[in-house]
Amino acid sequence: MSDPRAAILSRLRARHPAARPLPENPVRRFDWSPQERLSRFREALAAVRGEVVLVDEDWPLRLFAWLRARGANNLRYAPATELGQELEQAWPDGEAIRLMPHREPVETCRQELFANTDAGLTGCLGAIAETGSLVLWPSVQEPRLLSLVPPLHAVVLDARNIRSTFHEFLVAEDWVGQGLPTNALLITGPSKSADIEQTLAYGVHGPKELLVLVRQDLGLAGGA
Amino acid sequence: MIPEFPVRVSQALGNERVRRNIRRTMDGLVLKRHKAFPDEHELAVLRRRGKLIRGHALAHLPDLLEELERNCQRNGIQVHWAETAAEGNALVRDILRRHGADLVIKGKSMVSEEMGLNHYLEAQGIRAVETDLGEFILQLGDERPSHIIAPAIHKDRVEIAQRFAAHFPEYPYTEDIEGLTAIARRIMREHFGRAIAGLSGVNFAVAETGTLCLVENEGNGRLCTTAPQVHIAVCGIEKVIARLDQLPPLLTLLTRSATGQPITTYVNMISGPRREGELDGPREVHLVLLDNGRSRIHGDPQLSSTLRCIRCGACMNHCPVYSRLGGHAYGTVYPGPIGGVLEPQLQGLDRLGELADASSLCGACGEVCPVRIPLPALLRRLRAEGVRGRQGSRVVGQGSRRKPLHRLIWTLWRWVNAYPSLYRGLTGLGTRLRWLMPKHLGPWTRTRSAPALAPRSLHELARSEGFRGE
Repeated sequence: MSDPRAAILSRLRARHPAARPLPENPVRRFDWSPQERLSRFREALAAVRGEVVLVDEDWPLRLFAWLRARGANNLRYAPATELGQELEQAWPDGEAIRLMPHREPVETCRQELFANTDAGLTGCLGAIAETGSLVLWPSVQEPRLLSLVPPLHAVVLDARNIRSTFHEFLVAEDWVGQGLPTNALLITGPSKSADIEQTLAYGVHGPKELLVLVRQDLGLAGGA
Repeated sequence: MIPEFPVRVSQALGNERVRRNIRRTMDGLVLKRHKAFPDEHELAVLRRRGKLIRGHALAHLPDLLEELERNCQRNGIQVHWAETAAEGNALVRDILRRHGADLVIKGKSMVSEEMGLNHYLEAQGIRAVETDLGEFILQLGDERPSHIIAPAIHKDRVEIAQRFAAHFPEYPYTEDIEGLTAIARRIMREHFGRAIAGLSGVNFAVAETGTLCLVENEGNGRLCTTAPQVHIAVCGIEKVIARLDQLPPLLTLLTRSATGQPITTYVNMISGPRREGELDGPREVHLVLLDNGRSRIHGDPQLSSTLRCIRCGACMNHCPVYSRLGGHAYGTVYPGPIGGVLEPQLQGLDRLGELADASSLCGACGEVCPVRIPLPALLRRLRAEGVRGRQGSRVVGQGSRRKPLHRLIWTLWRWVNAYPSLYRGLTGLGTRLRWLMPKHLGPWTRTRSAPALAPRSLHELARSEGFRGE
């Protein structure tokens, strides 16, 4: 039996192009102040219909109000994360929006997740000012589908973690050195499509709305 | 049986509705790209970087593929190699069978189109469901994409509304785009919640980290690669890049050239199946590396630049021929200028050499290409090789487009120009007998008047002015 791998590689090796040095690729970054990074992030995300609100310790209440305005009945979250703890502690008791801790593997909660979950909450690694993107590294505590399946997605972002560009982000955080998670993500706005007449429609397969709660404990208050 | 290219061209030109739909989209995409690159200098720097990064990857392709394989395997991704579309299809089928999957949900993948995967699987009793909104619309009517990034642009909302009404009578009729999108979302959710297997393409495969990068706006790509138990990624062998930090410049070139977006909604970087303790993600990730003629293209120093392509579609958006014909007239998976260059190389000049003629050589494609593929030069090369072989070239079907009549004409031309007396005699005869010249000269005179011969040739005039053999 022929070995496709060997055959392909040997055909590719039959030509001997001169070895080329790795092309120069200086890190694209901007020296924006923290305020400017936040305002640019906000502007770029707003352009693709992502909502940004500035919050402090009362963020669960802001989230609650946002969900209630949209008629959500429940919120799925990652209970083992710091955010999850804060959420549990500050969530208004006895109110209409039920907290659903996400603990089970997808195999056992598939139906619940796809059919009966109105909103999902996640944290993020940081954000990118230039494009208004959130950087998510799903983890054991905070699985990937939490940011994808529920029709409403809320993210808590620490303003300190906004960098100017994606290039700066992955180099500064040494993604190669520390190793990538199974599924690193950039998320820029809610799900959308322009497949019909190039007209934008939101909420195709992923979330219809995206809310970013920006915590700015770092003396940023008053800015942006 | 697909009709001949000229027949398809006249059919396409005769369909006003499709022409209107295509033109509207093309004008929109051209404008969006233009606005996305406001700084010409930055664009020039970026395109140069894109070209060098892709060129570097191709110059080191076999080594990088091995590095990619090593790092993918270290991450737990199973790597398979396929020389042909048939081998690739069989690999996908075997994986699906092993998991007992009779249905696979698909994210948009041009390579899977190239493999003819959907029809193959169907014949094997496995249903492949397209989940990208545009592809979903097409699959309902068993149509093929007419554009590589906006597959259903030849259809307008009314046609789509009618198609939905015919297939899903349980939903109320709507021509509203949000409403149509919502119907598709609800139908697809059923599949996403249930499917065992998902399939996707790959935009960039990063050798250094063993990462598969996919870009999309809808979220269906993420669902196909995250929700099922097994994810199969099909990927042309040319899609590899050396380093992770090369992603940012390529991503921005890709999305801005394609749709004028600074970035897509989702950039999905997959570096392995579900790890111990994780609550979701596929249990298995498979990468199928497909050659299907690419290694032959790679062997040619000039034509290998074809493989730099990052599939943004800007060349077709800016092509005066594509924007009038639309993708279906080409009859191939990849239409437009890149199709005119790639398809004759993949399938042979004897079968598809005429696609290289579907260009006015205006040069727009070469000017907008984000990785600076010299498309007009490659089109000319393939035109020439279609009628005359070239030493050392391995393009299939060289010389196959040379017709006996052409051969005769060029032989006569050579004689006539080699013997001055013969030349003088014939041009003299031609001008004397010019009244015999037919008024209609095939397609040329359909929209033009036939050229008239002058009563006296330039040589005669020159001689009467006293020039002698100068």
